[in-house]
Amino acid sequence: MRQVSKRLYKLALLASAFTAGIALERTHTIAFLTDPYNYPEFVRLLFQHLYLVAISISIATAAGLIIGIVLTRSKFRKYSGIAMYVVGLGQTIPSLAVLALVMSLLGIGAKPAIFALTIYSVLPIARNTLAGIRAVPAPVLDAAKGMGMTPTEILFNVELPMAMKVILTGFRVSLVINIGTATLAYLIGAGGMGDWIFSGINMMMTDKLLAGAIPVTLMALLADFLVDLLGVVLVSKGLRWEEE
Amino acid sequence: MGVLHFVEKNFYQVLFLTWEHIFMVGLSLIIGTAIGVPLGILITKKANLAKNVINGANVIMTIPSIALFGLMMPILATVGHGLGKVPAIVALVLYSQLPILRNTYVAIKDVPPSIRDAGKGMGMSRWQLLKEVEIPIAAPVIVAGLRTAAVMNIGIGAIAAYIGAGGLGVYIQQGIDRVYPEMIITGAVLVSLFAILVDGLMAAVEHVLTPKGIQLEKRLAQ
Repeated sequence: MRQVSKRLYKLALLASAFTAGIALERTHTIAFLTDPYNYPEFVRLLFQHLYLVAISISIATAAGLIIGIVLTRSKFRKYSGIAMYVVGLGQTIPSLAVLALVMSLLGIGAKPAIFALTIYSVLPIARNTLAGIRAVPAPVLDAAKGMGMTPTEILFNVELPMAMKVILTGFRVSLVINIGTATLAYLIGAGGMGDWIFSGINMMMTDKLLAGAIPVTLMALLADFLVDLLGVVLVSKGLRWEEE
Repeated sequence: MGVLHFVEKNFYQVLFLTWEHIFMVGLSLIIGTAIGVPLGILITKKANLAKNVINGANVIMTIPSIALFGLMMPILATVGHGLGKVPAIVALVLYSQLPILRNTYVAIKDVPPSIRDAGKGMGMSRWQLLKEVEIPIAAPVIVAGLRTAAVMNIGIGAIAAYIGAGGLGVYIQQGIDRVYPEMIITGAVLVSLFAILVDGLMAAVEHVLTPKGIQLEKRLAQ
């Protein structure tokens, strides 16, 4: 039974890949992408997109980690509940609204887009860092203290490694949302793959639309997969073993 | 001040666009629940299938929203609905599947076996067990999934203005195109308020649906 279902699954996968290939050919997407006139444009937009994502996610990761770590120090711990609430509220605000508001304040171009992407990406990372460190069991912390570790040592050798899995989940959510939202950055004049998607919609050019939409989708799926792989490297062996 | 003036001048249009947004999100949520909750309950019996279904929903969630609209346009165009409300609602239903499915699955799966056994011992049928025991216990977690889905759909619904689905995103879209800050701010603030309001409302529903015994248990645990 299982053999059959596995074979059916493979067959379905093959069939859908085949159909997708035909659809791409029929809609002239392949011809559009390989057109010598469009190809350099594609590379330019792709790099623009990657540039927006790379800069904003780097700043957001640094900021999110710092916010999360500071709010779990004993001095600020009493504010962490309120901070969680505010961050949660911030996450309910739609991405397009954030971009639009930033544009009406800072104008158009890559800088406002990066600013908007950064503040939108900080939230999941900060939230998960906070939650991850708060979830470290008290006995583990006590054991670390009993071994004579200083607070800094506890942070780097106990708290962060224990919270790494949760932090990585936040990072992954952030990265995937960031790649998707960077598509909207085209609307405020920052370029990126959104250029082809929105132009494709406006001009009813299916080939252009798909030539923009498919790479962005693949980029998001690839990022999701890569962060998963990163987890294998960054999450300590003991914790991974415990889970299995 | 300009924003208030804008809202005052276009009051009926603001109401109409808000209604359009509510309609789009509400309908997609109803359809999403009708598909996601039964499916989530069904797959609790089949661990292998559950993994595949949830992975599939996960992949859909990863696709950027405007790219999903784009990918669906040529497909739905073959039945004459490439633009407008239909592709928007289909996309919203697809997006809402992950939170609804996953939460339903996890919630039903997490019902303590001892409680389930007690129900069986009282002579409940499979259907009774589901209706009287499993669903009431799982309800708050299922509603939490609906809450995530609703908030997400409000945000994606705003983007759907670009494929002609209407809603409050229209103000953001046209405001950006016309460089009309009052219009942008009206659209963005209303969409954000809508999302925050729905989030709060669903949180209240979540609280009301939690059985009293579980509420007590939670309070004692703190």
